[in-house]
Amino acid sequence: MKDWRFWLAEQRGTLTAFAIFVVMFGFYVMNHPAGFTPNVVQTAANKGVLLALVAMAQTFVVLTAGIDLSVGMVFILCNCLASYVVVGSPLMVVGGVVAVILTGAVCGAINAAIVIVGRLQPIVATIASGAVFFGIALWIRPFPGSDPGFASDFADALTGKVFGIVPASLIFLAVAVLVIWIPFRRSVLGRTVYASGSSEVAAYMSGMPLKRAKFLAYVLSGVFASFAGLYLTFFTYSGEASAANGNTYTLYSIAAVVLGGVSLFGGRGSAVGAIFGALAFRAIGDLLFVFEIDPLWQPLFQGVVLLLAVSIGSARLFQVRNRLDLFG
Amino acid sequence: MTDTTSIAPPTKQRHWRERIDLPVATAFACIILLLFLGSLYSPNFLSPEYLLQQLKVGAFLGVIATGMMLVILLGQIDLSVPWTVTLGAMMASAAVSWGPMGEMFAIPFGVLCGVLVGLVNGIGVAYLRIPSMIITLAVNAVAQGLMVAYTGGFAPQDTASGAMKWIAAQSTLGVPHAVVVWAIVGALAVFLLSRTTFGRSVYGIGNKEVAAYLSGVIIAFALCGGLAAFGGVLLAGYAGKAAQSMGDAYLLPAIAAVVLGGTSILGGRGSYLGTVAGVILITLLQSILSVMQIAEFGRQIIYGGVIIVMLLLYGRAPRVRS
Repeated sequence: MKDWRFWLAEQRGTLTAFAIFVVMFGFYVMNHPAGFTPNVVQTAANKGVLLALVAMAQTFVVLTAGIDLSVGMVFILCNCLASYVVVGSPLMVVGGVVAVILTGAVCGAINAAIVIVGRLQPIVATIASGAVFFGIALWIRPFPGSDPGFASDFADALTGKVFGIVPASLIFLAVAVLVIWIPFRRSVLGRTVYASGSSEVAAYMSGMPLKRAKFLAYVLSGVFASFAGLYLTFFTYSGEASAANGNTYTLYSIAAVVLGGVSLFGGRGSAVGAIFGALAFRAIGDLLFVFEIDPLWQPLFQGVVLLLAVSIGSARLFQVRNRLDLFG
Repeated sequence: MTDTTSIAPPTKQRHWRERIDLPVATAFACIILLLFLGSLYSPNFLSPEYLLQQLKVGAFLGVIATGMMLVILLGQIDLSVPWTVTLGAMMASAAVSWGPMGEMFAIPFGVLCGVLVGLVNGIGVAYLRIPSMIITLAVNAVAQGLMVAYTGGFAPQDTASGAMKWIAAQSTLGVPHAVVVWAIVGALAVFLLSRTTFGRSVYGIGNKEVAAYLSGVIIAFALCGGLAAFGGVLLAGYAGKAAQSMGDAYLLPAIAAVVLGGTSILGGRGSYLGTVAGVILITLLQSILSVMQIAEFGRQIIYGGVIIVMLLLYGRAPRVRS
């Protein structure tokens, strides 16, 4: 086989997600009354970027063959914290942003410690730690609100348009991919994360730094959840400890990751695919508005699309000769 | 081939000391510890009325956790529980408004709707090989969509039938009917798991999937859906009517109860007694935290912390080796 065919096979999930996104978004823009204008793109980007960041957070853990059900709660906790600390002079704002990111990293590190040192199953460990994170969020922000000195200029700069055309949130997303995801993917630890997802025993026997790699994956997951929390604060200027919101983002992040071609069994997929999965998922939801369907039907429509997407995603089943091959 | 020794429940012939399950014993020890701590706070915690009241509240979680346990034993998970509970409650209440026939069949109709949801889950997992976490998530979204479209997004006006109220909220000679219902469901589950081919294959699939391919997966998911909907029917009977997202509060406690009772999240291992212990433990914990008037944030933190600590005591996976 030629090189490009290997590349194509490796990137199939990401490319499929990209194609779904392009079709859905094209459909949306064509039927939008305002058409393809910077404002329409900015609104769509700002809605999509939150889910994209949470989906990237989920990707790091899913690649290790784990799952992070606390990711939405870290997101909510960082949102509540950011509504207090992103205030005042530019220097204080930077300090506040760093504090929020560190909080996300600490949450990820706590999950990592429970999963790696405590050797608990990620699914139950993160359900429980998610309850703790949500409790802390409720503690610091019992009622929705924000600090009077909230740095709204700074928030506007990060959610507005650069040169009046390109949404700043998309640029942030691209920078996050270039500065964090690509170096991670090319590092030894990044490759170990993939290896631990596809065969933990083989990775262990090859002497790869399994524990450090998993730790890094969980910490990066927390960091990306904190990015999303910051962005939610930038959009709303306030913090709200809403359990429903946290759970929704956790569930949608799993859906986005699957749409983006990341295998839930670990070791396959990329955060770039998860971004397109998230954007495609949001575009599907937006389709309802342009077709002026009763909003009451929106949850059903989104559910059916999700169900169809995952069912078609498993269609490789019909191509294998012996179905027992599918069991590991 | 060490797998054979880990297949639960243990047979009768073994020595009693081998038959004691560490997780189950720990869970019961924690229940006694909680009651002791509670009785230091107020002697009411040891009164039969309080304990029966806790069992009654726990019965709803117990019925739902029974279904969840069947699915977890398979090594799968059912995340569609929240809206299956709500769907069962809403459909049973809706049937009541369709006249006397509807009122008579309200309970079976609600449960049947849940079974249908479970069947979709089971077919997706068994035939389409979609990971259960994903298909049940999607089915949960569809169930939510159906219910939101059906009710218009408001709490429905239909009320629970007399029979639903009778089995959920009333008691005979001081024994709440809900506790009796849970006991019957539990007895059936134990019989199903230990005395039928289906039950053995459930443990078999959890232990080695190829060996017991497909058999039981669909039935287990259908039972889980039916039991979740039945839990919803009971809740609607208890509260008098169904409400939007009334099931959201039951997903995590149901999983936690099953896992705290020593059932492996990877499947294949676990006993029903453990699940009973887990349900009582979680119900008591929630009750004591609310009686002590700890704020909601503190309850969440303690709740999550206790689950992590208990699992660290006995739920740890083996070290990675060749």
